[in-house]
Amino acid sequence: MSALNPASHGGLSKPALPFSPVTPLIFAALIASYFLFPNHLALATQILVLMIFALSYDLLQGHAGIVSLGHAVFLGLGAYGSAILARWGFTDPLLGLAAGASISALVALVLSPIVVRGSDFTRLLVTLGVASLIHEAANRMRDLTGGADGLADFEVAPLLGLFAFDFEGRTAFLYALTVFALVYAALWRVTTSPFGLALRGIRENSRRMPAIGSPVARHLAVSYLLSGAIAGVGGALLAQTSRFASLDMLGFERSAEIVMVVTLGGTGHIAGVSIGAAAFGLVKDALSTVSPRYWQLGLGVVLMASVFLARGGIGGLIERFGRFGRRA
Amino acid sequence: MTAALATTALSVRFGAFQAVRDVSLSVRAGARHALIGPNGAGKTTLVHALTGSVKPAAGRILIAGEEATGRSEAQRVHMGLARTFQINQLFRNLTVLDNVLLAVLERNRRTAVFWRSVRNDRAALDEARSCLAFVNLLALAERPVAALPYGSQRLLEIAIALAARPRVLVLDEPAAGVPAAESAAIFERIHALPASLTVVFIEHDMGLVFRFAERITVLVAGQILTEGTPAEISADPRVREVYLGRRGDHAA
Repeated sequence: MSALNPASHGGLSKPALPFSPVTPLIFAALIASYFLFPNHLALATQILVLMIFALSYDLLQGHAGIVSLGHAVFLGLGAYGSAILARWGFTDPLLGLAAGASISALVALVLSPIVVRGSDFTRLLVTLGVASLIHEAANRMRDLTGGADGLADFEVAPLLGLFAFDFEGRTAFLYALTVFALVYAALWRVTTSPFGLALRGIRENSRRMPAIGSPVARHLAVSYLLSGAIAGVGGALLAQTSRFASLDMLGFERSAEIVMVVTLGGTGHIAGVSIGAAAFGLVKDALSTVSPRYWQLGLGVVLMASVFLARGGIGGLIERFGRFGRRA
Repeated sequence: MTAALATTALSVRFGAFQAVRDVSLSVRAGARHALIGPNGAGKTTLVHALTGSVKPAAGRILIAGEEATGRSEAQRVHMGLARTFQINQLFRNLTVLDNVLLAVLERNRRTAVFWRSVRNDRAALDEARSCLAFVNLLALAERPVAALPYGSQRLLEIAIALAARPRVLVLDEPAAGVPAAESAAIFERIHALPASLTVVFIEHDMGLVFRFAERITVLVAGQILTEGTPAEISADPRVREVYLGRRGDHAA
């Protein structure tokens, strides 16, 4: 319980820290799933991608307070970036990740001036509009993106030149797990850094920030860039492990889905958002198996129940449980 | 000698309403300078224009002789102008220490750092603690702000502004909403500020104004009515009429 006790980490502010004792449990469960469900590694890998994508969006909404209905743009760009690079013959997976991160970061950099300014409502509209533009552009550039058919005709070289991507998906899963662990650690570091404190300041009181000399717009632009880059990593990973890049990866449904996932997990809570993404992926898969036609209905019910019954999402539950544990 | 803070013919308009009209002000370095005037005189609007959260329609603002008119609010903080707010503008769910630490880090331009823990910056932490010690809040450093008594929150407003290491500190009703006994304690801390720091403050309690101000500017309907020492202001019949006299009129 030590990490939940504010006194034990030198007075780090606020009990609701992103790093909680739940973190080792998350990784234990992920490692265990490798041994317990060897026949479902493809699903587990997809869920890891969803978890990375959720963490990237949580940096934006949960930490910087920027809402977006177009975050899948960065997932899709990362997917296309690595797939196109692989088609050109650069099949090294780590190079693909770097390419995915770079292209998404670059687009985020270009977009940040119009996303950072304005209110929540204008941000929703701007991100939605930009996402439809990019979706349509990807649809039209058939030579590059394969249009509505997507891209599947590319190879992925063995990881580090040593581990080939096997048919059972072992390499893919362990690769995705490693990337997820690095993203998780990076986000934990970012959110507990001076920059992370400034983001919390902006969320707490955006009016005071300029009065203490804070370059608010630049902070938000940097978080948008970081968030885009991480989503790009997730997208590249998705394309490499599924051998596929398609329009739906940057579509509106993915963007809306990730807003739901982060809400379910508890915005601003890294462990909660990770668990939320995993739970969402599992429930979605289970429901679509039970009822291929009506699974979205079931998902809607689960989501609405979670909003009404668990305020603050899974992260909120973790914090409440932690406080209860300390009192006892 | 250049003034620590100066304006020339500063005007602020909200649509057709002119909130501040042709205000030319000069505050010497190290002064304790009060802005007084009846409600709606434009005191807070003037502060907003000085610190950059409201754009003036005309006129100039100089901080220590440097042109600040076109600068943003954040840039003016880095030029040495910090402020507090009439209504608390705190980071309510952060601890008292983190409120001040954030201000120290923004002043140092260290908030671009995202790869190190905020707790590793010993120098910034020490500085934040010394700001809190000055306003006697060190014992409450680890408390969340929302749990603080109101009077302590007013002191934290000042500690955050001090973390910017200003040359000019603008206090918008530092004791607003605080009982009389505690407001004296707040002004005692303001009085204890280093003599080199220029302090401009808005205050309604005339007892406090005459005790702590060396110079007083009287604003009426957005314009400067007069400026002078406390003795001059209290002897000015026009001031008595528009401002001090009103209470006397009621009594009479």
